Amino acid sequence: MACIEARGLRKAFGTTVALDGVNLRVEEGRILGLIGPNGAGKTTALNAILGLTPFQGELNVLGRNPWGERDQLMRDVCFIADVAVLPRWMRVSQALEYLVGVHPRFDRAKAEGFLAKTSIRSTNKVRELSKGMVTQLHLALVMAIDARLLVLDEPTLGLDILFRKQFYDSLLNDYYDRSRTIVVTTHQVEEIQHVITDLMFMNHGRIVLSCSMEEFEARYLEVTVNPEHVVAARALKPLHERQLLGRSIFVFDGVDRQQLAALGEVRTPSIADLFVAVMGNHDGVAQGASR
Amino acid sequence: MNTQSNAIRESSLESQGIVPAVFSPIRLFYWSLRRELWENRSIYIAPLAVAGLALLGFLIATMGRAVTLADPARKMEVLTEPAHFAAALILGAAFIAGIFYSLDTLHGERRERSILFWKSMPVSDLTTVLAKASIPIVLLPLFSFAIVVVTQLIMGALSSLVLAGSHLPVGALWSQWAQNTLQLLYHMVTVHIFWYAPIYSWMLLASAWARRATFLWAGLPPLAIGLLEKISFNTTHFAHLLLYRVTGPEAFDLGAHSDMPAHSMMGNLSLVKFLSTPGLWTGLLVAALFLAAATRLRRYRGPI
Repeated sequence: MACIEARGLRKAFGTTVALDGVNLRVEEGRILGLIGPNGAGKTTALNAILGLTPFQGELNVLGRNPWGERDQLMRDVCFIADVAVLPRWMRVSQALEYLVGVHPRFDRAKAEGFLAKTSIRSTNKVRELSKGMVTQLHLALVMAIDARLLVLDEPTLGLDILFRKQFYDSLLNDYYDRSRTIVVTTHQVEEIQHVITDLMFMNHGRIVLSCSMEEFEARYLEVTVNPEHVVAARALKPLHERQLLGRSIFVFDGVDRQQLAALGEVRTPSIADLFVAVMGNHDGVAQGASR
Repeated sequence: MNTQSNAIRESSLESQGIVPAVFSPIRLFYWSLRRELWENRSIYIAPLAVAGLALLGFLIATMGRAVTLADPARKMEVLTEPAHFAAALILGAAFIAGIFYSLDTLHGERRERSILFWKSMPVSDLTTVLAKASIPIVLLPLFSFAIVVVTQLIMGALSSLVLAGSHLPVGALWSQWAQNTLQLLYHMVTVHIFWYAPIYSWMLLASAWARRATFLWAGLPPLAIGLLEKISFNTTHFAHLLLYRVTGPEAFDLGAHSDMPAHSMMGNLSLVKFLSTPGLWTGLLVAALFLAAATRLRRYRGPI
């Protein structure tokens, strides 16, 4: 069953088009990484999915229209919008009490268990906590909610590397169980390469690439080519070419691995490298078209 | 390790919608109200602080004067006056706290971005706005009434001691107190709850609308309408309408009994007369429209 299904999703702010006819389908139990440059429309897409913004087109999240049924949807959907949305005046104990009060799927004991592993005390106010601790608190609250969809928009923005590592570790170890769906956007793409099961690139309000990580590994290959094979490599229509320390690095889409092995050292590209390859081409095409 | 994976399996069963747990709207409203009180402690601290000050003043100044006064009539007067004064101060403090609360609440959550946290909860915008509206419209009047009653009780008890010490009867003091309290309750419910509802609702709407300077957004449009009317038609109907709303329905009834002291006026407007005042019903309708608009705006609004 699809957790999120969108057809022809459009959203414009004045003359700026934030979403330009997005079609997407996220199955239940997947972890989707949504990657794109600033202003690509990621946050707008997530806001539409969460019922925070009206949109044109069709959008169905867990069988509901998010814009009309935000409050019902939030029984099954959680989100961490960014690091600083917990009310600063709130005590940790009040946050727990409030969630017990309003959220039918919140498990206080579970949240307290997560918090016990941190240095956050229940008498602390949010304003007394460091940025990393606020994120830990929000994650502890969210992980104690038995939701079907968790949406994370830049959840680790501004955190140091220890907190960032810990964030995804606890998400995978203590939360993800293959029946829940997670959608995450981040600029720290290298951190989620081994976390996500599906990958989506967005640019200029459109989806420019969408594949599962298995497909990603099967389709895309990066080859460090020795100078004598550069011409042969270019003949195979690489997606992207860049120079590094006097050698050429090519990214190929759907070229046979055996064929490439003859040209140089073959490996799976990092998401970041594929992102640069795809986005570079995309922008190039756009510029070419406008000329 | 095992228990953890069991827990996960159990919870995933639940998440498949086998037990669709839903909380009642009353419960969601109650917790929305509680969290407003956690955040905005000034709305009850302000009237409480004023009550404390009034009591302190009563203890120091009035008791001293009353004990030394010889004339029984003057003594009675000196002892009862501060009670009215304290009531006016407490209600004034609550009114101001209510205005500040209404102007800030729907703006503040956007300013500090916590609206994204509140919107991640299964609580509707309508429940949120109604909970926020009921703070200045219902809770504050009832709470400030309770503070007034307690404050006056303490003042009355101390006064009784002074009177009894001078071998004067205390019955009159208490019968007057009981009558005043009933009148005050009537005044609170009719004027502060029902009559003032559109005022607070307008401020909540301004707070949902404005990106900054909620105070100006709340104040300038009425002023502009009044000025426009004055310039275009040289009339002041709108200004009178606002004045009528702020002073309350009794004030316009004053003309008939202008010889009576202002305080006892409060009980003068009978319930039948109050209920048949058209201004009551148009006011409530306007309040409902303002709150509906504020609810709709909150749905569209994100962090500023």
